[in-house]
Amino acid sequence: MTGHWFIHAAYLAVAVVFIFGLKAMASPATARKGIVWAGYAMVAAVIVTFFWPGMENRWLIVLGILLGGVVAWRSGKKVAMTEMPQMVAIYNGMGGGAAAAIAAVEFARGEVHGPAMLVMAVLGALIGAVAFSGSCVAWAKLAGKMKRAYRFPNQRTLSTMLAIIVGWLGIGIVVDGHPWAIAIILFFAVALLLGVVLTAPIGGADMPVVISLLNAFTGLAVGFEGYVLQIPALIVAGIVVGASGTLLTHLMAKAMNRPIRNVLFTPLTGEAQEDAQAIEGRMQETTALDAAATMRYAAKVIVVPGYGMAVAGAQHKVWEMSQLLEEAGVSVSFAIHPVAGRMPGHMNVLLAEAGVPYDKIFDLDEINNDFAQADVALVIGANDVVNPVARTDKSSPIYGMPILNVDHARNVIVVKRGQGTGYSGVENALFYMENCHMLYGSAQEAIAEVIQHVKSMEG
Amino acid sequence: MEGIVYLYVFMLAAFTGYEVISRVPVILHTPLMSGSNFIHGVVLVGGMVTLGHAETGMQMLLGFIAVVLGAANAAGGYVVTERMLGMFKSGNRKGGA
Repeated sequence: MTGHWFIHAAYLAVAVVFIFGLKAMASPATARKGIVWAGYAMVAAVIVTFFWPGMENRWLIVLGILLGGVVAWRSGKKVAMTEMPQMVAIYNGMGGGAAAAIAAVEFARGEVHGPAMLVMAVLGALIGAVAFSGSCVAWAKLAGKMKRAYRFPNQRTLSTMLAIIVGWLGIGIVVDGHPWAIAIILFFAVALLLGVVLTAPIGGADMPVVISLLNAFTGLAVGFEGYVLQIPALIVAGIVVGASGTLLTHLMAKAMNRPIRNVLFTPLTGEAQEDAQAIEGRMQETTALDAAATMRYAAKVIVVPGYGMAVAGAQHKVWEMSQLLEEAGVSVSFAIHPVAGRMPGHMNVLLAEAGVPYDKIFDLDEINNDFAQADVALVIGANDVVNPVARTDKSSPIYGMPILNVDHARNVIVVKRGQGTGYSGVENALFYMENCHMLYGSAQEAIAEVIQHVKSMEG
Repeated sequence: MEGIVYLYVFMLAAFTGYEVISRVPVILHTPLMSGSNFIHGVVLVGGMVTLGHAETGMQMLLGFIAVVLGAANAAGGYVVTERMLGMFKSGNRKGGA
């Protein structure tokens, strides 16, 4: 460990503040304070690092920080809340890329001593490079610049082979200790390619799980590079993120009832349903007037928002409607499926943006039993997460996924653009049920119309 | 010996991460992911040390890339997390639109 004692004392304090900051995020009331503390700690860590012994290229460092920092700061300030997942993906990829670049310099310097350090450097380089290219693919998909899922021919063999090659190169670098430049370049090229091949076939609802996994990857890569550079603050921050990210990934995968292995290697498709149970009945249409009356004279309404609502930008209208109903004495709450939106908790952010207080929002476990007592379940732009097929039809690709039991409510109103299937391509049995009525149209306009009707109704 | 001490640091940090996160409610998962994304932006410090000690042009270039990417990770992660968390309001304070 090199450097003045005060530098390391400062790093220690930074690591402590990071952990307290993350802990403060455990409650909505203190969460904002947590990130602000962590922000100050980051600034302190950067300033202290300028006093590291033997530091040169100081102006180049300042230039680099300004360049990366200002561009990211400005893009982060103006990104819409619906586009948050791809933003997190791209920032995450940059962290992974930074870790990989650091490892590349360490390799080139040939000063990585001892097998333990080389193993860490190689692992950090590999994981960082995979996180970088994988996050770029994830960003391209979420931003709609790339087809949702692209399967390479012999997908599994290809990724296995790339993993073997990169592992072999990595072991070569570790054993050699003074590797050839060409081996290092090849190592990074294959690692980057592996990241692309692993993420390209993953589509749709699995995307949040993958971003969370890549986030954990970057954390690990940063931790490993912290070991190589002998900066414990990097180890602590990186590994804390690696561990928490792994846990978060696991929780998300569990919420979808899809083991992480399946997410990576057996993408969701609508193909598996040739022998699916035929769905009986027909869809019943309703009007905005009827929907307004049903909700206005109900005692308890549960709103189930999905990504469709966010895309239509209807969350403000939905909240306006909820406030009107509450003024009329109706109890309104919001039920959020763990994978609603494009990230876990994404829907909560979108509702918070519209001004919905977080104590009106409930997750699946908290609210699922309440549907039986609800007069109306209003489903807006959600599909797969309310499909009862997940409970009943073993042949369905979404079988086993926990769903919101909206079909238990006395009345179900589904606001939907048209008669299509959900993201997974599975037909929704809910729409054909007797207590379910469809209100066709864009969420924004449909809810605006409902608001008009509710306003015109007298006590 | 020092290597072993670092392994203990790894282990304890892993448990800390697991414990800290396991109590976070689902509604905060997105800001949390983005917040932990910000925290691994501390890789910027590693990039600075690397660029500060670069000897060849190639090392300088790679170090510079690490600093730019690390700074973007930290700055971007902070801004989006802060924006998201600033929106969470409780019903008691009556959040308007």
